[in-house]
Amino acid sequence: MSTPQPQTHQQAAPAPNWQSAPGTSYTSPIPVTRTHLGHALTSEWTKIKSVRSTMWTLGVFLLLVVGIGLLVAAQTNDNDYADVPYTIPAFFGLILGQICLITLGVLVVSSEYGTGMIRTTFTASPQRHRVLTAKLLIFFVVAFVVSALAIGFVGLVTSGMHGGASDNEWGGTVLKGALYVSLLGVLALAVGSMLRHSAGAITAMLGLVLVPAILPAFLMMSESLRTVGDKMMDYNAPNALAKIFEIDSENGGGTSQLVLLIGVTAAAIAGAYVLLERRDV
Amino acid sequence: MIEVEGLTKRYGEKMAVNQLTFAVRPGIVTGFLGPNGAGKSTTMRMMLGLDRPTAGDVRIDGQHYDRLKDPLTYIGALLDAKAMHGGRSAFNHLLCLAQSNGIPRGRVHEVLDTVGLTAVAKKKAKGFSLGMGQRLGIAGALLGDPRILMFDEPVNGLDPEGIHWIRNLMKSLAAQGRTVFVSSHLMSEMALTADHLVVIGQGRLLADTSMADFIRENSRSYVRIRSPQRELLLDVLHRAGIVVVETGGGTLEVDGHRPEDIGELAAQHRIVLHELSPQQASLEEAFMQLTAESVEYHAHSGAPLGAAPPPLPGDRPGPPTPGPQVPGPQWGDDWKKG
Repeated sequence: MSTPQPQTHQQAAPAPNWQSAPGTSYTSPIPVTRTHLGHALTSEWTKIKSVRSTMWTLGVFLLLVVGIGLLVAAQTNDNDYADVPYTIPAFFGLILGQICLITLGVLVVSSEYGTGMIRTTFTASPQRHRVLTAKLLIFFVVAFVVSALAIGFVGLVTSGMHGGASDNEWGGTVLKGALYVSLLGVLALAVGSMLRHSAGAITAMLGLVLVPAILPAFLMMSESLRTVGDKMMDYNAPNALAKIFEIDSENGGGTSQLVLLIGVTAAAIAGAYVLLERRDV
Repeated sequence: MIEVEGLTKRYGEKMAVNQLTFAVRPGIVTGFLGPNGAGKSTTMRMMLGLDRPTAGDVRIDGQHYDRLKDPLTYIGALLDAKAMHGGRSAFNHLLCLAQSNGIPRGRVHEVLDTVGLTAVAKKKAKGFSLGMGQRLGIAGALLGDPRILMFDEPVNGLDPEGIHWIRNLMKSLAAQGRTVFVSSHLMSEMALTADHLVVIGQGRLLADTSMADFIRENSRSYVRIRSPQRELLLDVLHRAGIVVVETGGGTLEVDGHRPEDIGELAAQHRIVLHELSPQQASLEEAFMQLTAESVEYHAHSGAPLGAAPPPLPGDRPGPPTPGPQVPGPQWGDDWKKG
């Protein structure tokens, strides 16, 4: 068998004494710590950075946002930025890149169910809500920082290439854009926690992002469904990003879309917490 | 100390665990025995707060599992060998567990050393053999140096060397005063490790007894004799009113008498004995005898499938009724007749 041979007989235990009084309880020399959210956070931080899927999804995300962003920046000229922020090249990459964050969000929790790791996790931390809270926080911070850096980098390079054309304030689009895509990832995490299945949760999330972008074209054919179609058109994820990056230079800047996503995400998180405590693992 | 009281788990119509009450005491290895599908793993998951009981209660040193502030220093559990993310290295797997309970990082190196995985600490767990995965799972259980250890089928799929290692590990853990609770469907394995036995079948408690008592109550003991003066011996025993059963190969078996008495009787008559040994039916037989009525998945030999409905627990299987619907030979019939 393939167990390493040199160590096989290492056993720190003292000579066994089968008859030693039953009833006496063992006391460990390891200091007993009352666990709290901080422990769960360091644990989840170790988890998220120690699997390759994190590096892959975030790597592809950066490649898409920065790569496509710089290509677009190179293809545009100074006049294009008269009315729009310098971060606009990042928008095109984000449309694809958001799928990476959705995938990572789902995997953060569903991979534990898929591998059985979740039983080990919940044995070590029976306070399940604490585990989910730590996952949500760690993932959100990672996703937000990475996407803000990517969008900000594209904005900086673009303003360097096409500087002076506009005095548009673009810092807000970095934060809002990063917030929107990270929240989509957080929503995916909550959905993953409820569905417990990687492929199922990713499919559900892709449906949630893509169907409202496609469906209005069909809904518009029917007079009675026109208002539903309009709303969908307005609030679907790609359009929300377009509004945040002020592509159509309308007012609002995607705030209402952001508020809707916050609401949906909060509801999904609430559902995830409720199901988490109720179900068997 | 683990106290299980009236523990019940129902999945729809099926009672997986039915009114289990027993206690697991510190300082000894308690074996948790039952055929496949008896509800061992379900019980263990409920003990760890992973599954919610339909009814009943589990207390760990008087507390509910999810009330434990430092669970890993209370209980270390090995549920199944592959309950880990295959993409994570052995070290990182243990590190994230340690961090979740505030256990110092140095302890990870210690347990890796204890289970002999130091050399592969940086390797991904998915490349591990079953034995190595089992060792990594045990390292996780030992991480918090807990006072209670639970192992679900720890020797499954291990080679003899690994089995030997786990056996000694469990015994030494119990000898240190820890509570060790280990499940198995192999009676022979338990015989070598457990001091106390909790036996279940179809979710019901069948026995909660010490190993020695279990053997005494559940197995036939007899004395085996071999002698070159067989005829003379038979005669002597017969005159003493001792019933002898002749088995093949020139051996005799005597029920219900101590070997000392038979030896002395033989000596009085100057009979040469080549063997005089107290025998006990194997534990495997005792276990099968106890659980035969609750075995869920029978392999019928010769009988058409579904011909004989499994006997209800508590029912004593009578002799096969003659008639058009004769059930095929039941599993375990052989020893029941004996």
